[in-house]
Amino acid sequence: MLPFVIRRLVQAVPILLTVAALIFLLFSVIPGTFATTQMADGKSIVDAEQVARMNKQFGLDDPLPLRFVKYVGDLVTLDLGTSFRTRQPVTRGIGERLWPSFQLAMAAMLFAIVFGVPLGFLAAVKPGSWIDLSSMIIAVSGLSLPKFWLGLLLMYFFALTLGWFPSFGYGDGNPRYIVLPAVALGVAPLALLARTTRAAVLEVKNADFIRTARAKGAGEYRVMRRHVARNAMVIVLTTLGLQFGSVIGQAVVVEKLFAWPGLGSLLVDSVSLRDIPMVQGCILTIVLFFLVVNIVVDVLCAMIDPRIKYS
Amino acid sequence: MKFHASLWIGALLFALVVIGGAFAPWLAHTDPVMDANLMNAELPPGAEFWFGTDAQGRDIFSRVLYGARISLTVGIVSQLINTLIGVALGLSAAYWGGWWDDLVNGLTNLMLAIPSLVFALAIMAILTPGLTSLLIALGLTNWSFTCRLTRAAALSVKQQGYVEAARSLGYGSFRIMLTQILPNIAGPIIVIATLGMGGAVLAEASLSFLGLGIRPPFPSWGSMLSDARDQITTAPWISIFPGLAIFVTVLGLNLLGDGLRDILDPQSRSRTA
Repeated sequence: MLPFVIRRLVQAVPILLTVAALIFLLFSVIPGTFATTQMADGKSIVDAEQVARMNKQFGLDDPLPLRFVKYVGDLVTLDLGTSFRTRQPVTRGIGERLWPSFQLAMAAMLFAIVFGVPLGFLAAVKPGSWIDLSSMIIAVSGLSLPKFWLGLLLMYFFALTLGWFPSFGYGDGNPRYIVLPAVALGVAPLALLARTTRAAVLEVKNADFIRTARAKGAGEYRVMRRHVARNAMVIVLTTLGLQFGSVIGQAVVVEKLFAWPGLGSLLVDSVSLRDIPMVQGCILTIVLFFLVVNIVVDVLCAMIDPRIKYS
Repeated sequence: MKFHASLWIGALLFALVVIGGAFAPWLAHTDPVMDANLMNAELPPGAEFWFGTDAQGRDIFSRVLYGARISLTVGIVSQLINTLIGVALGLSAAYWGGWWDDLVNGLTNLMLAIPSLVFALAIMAILTPGLTSLLIALGLTNWSFTCRLTRAAALSVKQQGYVEAARSLGYGSFRIMLTQILPNIAGPIIVIATLGMGGAVLAEASLSFLGLGIRPPFPSWGSMLSDARDQITTAPWISIFPGLAIFVTVLGLNLLGDGLRDILDPQSRSRTA
């Protein structure tokens, strides 16, 4: 198994490097630099001399190929550059945000799994029943809800009207603060998981090996748990891994709404301020996070289903 | 013939939004941007203002109707760009194979590794906020799924006898791709495009909500919600209606896509749920 994990990690390196190159090129074509945005902020006249000084300070006046070589060289040594805004290493800024972001993504996925998988499973056990119908209505509505609107409504009812949860902020790790953003972020993956689980169980339910298990006299519970659930799990896990990407993407909006100090809100703030090294660092970290999650999912799938070979 | 509930409900909801947007000047009695009147600020829904008014005293009903124009324009045009890119790349990769196929595959994998909203955000950071920028940012970042699907479907159709026949008749590559292969794989592509349109409407609303899409005072549902945040305790209706409009539009498109899948692509029902 270890060679498999290593091979997958090595495969991720070219993707990560290409993403790095892509982002670098993307941000090299911007007409304004951080310096001009900074200047233009307070007054309308941009002092050319001061712009030149700032560009020199951040090494923005070097030719493009030289800057790219420097950038990749720094990247290899895990140096993501210096934030224009805070004048501190980007890695430190991201490091501070990593744990809250991870907590939120995990809490959202946990919420999605705990409610989504049983919902889909129950729906598939009796297709066409009222449970099936209502769970599919929940699923299609959950996929259509804008997360920030749902978050706003949750905030209004559960925080401002009922006062059960704080309305925003991180609260130094107090678990009450994570509930509302996690629910807002988790509803879409919940809906998709319910649909996928339902489809996977329906497909497995009619397989030959299920009929064999029944013919051998296995009880309904045993058939469902040992044979149906285990086989459907692989499809569900794969969806889970892919969903992680969109959860991390959507977290941008939810984090911003709930003032959650994660990578997403850092990305949005840095984009508005054109703090390019920070934007690049955030995107690279998000992509790395997504790649690692999918490798973990692949390993889990191979552990659950022995038919999948480590190759 | 079976009655397709989700198809009809979806089509109805979507038609409602299209009609609302198209006939906005006749349905709304006030201008969505110019008719601000602080005397009418934050009025709850009532006979004169059906959806109430916002902090500047503008009619929310009128702003929601005009907002449909922006949402639908972004949804339809950006998804059209995505579909064109995805189909062109996927079809040609399947047909020609070789290094081109490898290149397209690599590009698709790369696009799948970056969450599309994050990518769109990065592009919006470069461009100035506005409608054209949104179309570019959302049109270039969500084609990977279409591309994969087209490639896989085209690969299987490519082996069919009628494609071989067309080739022996001396048809050129483009003619075979467009007249022989594409019509036979159009069903699943249309389904993905419908669902993707819903995703684009959501993405536009998200970016505008973050202040990186359509800027106020223009009535985008996302930027309306961003303004409404501050008045959530005193005037919750300002937040309710734009959000409801997004929900109805996306729900309509999702149901329509599901319904179309039942008709156009029945065998994938269990595969992709």
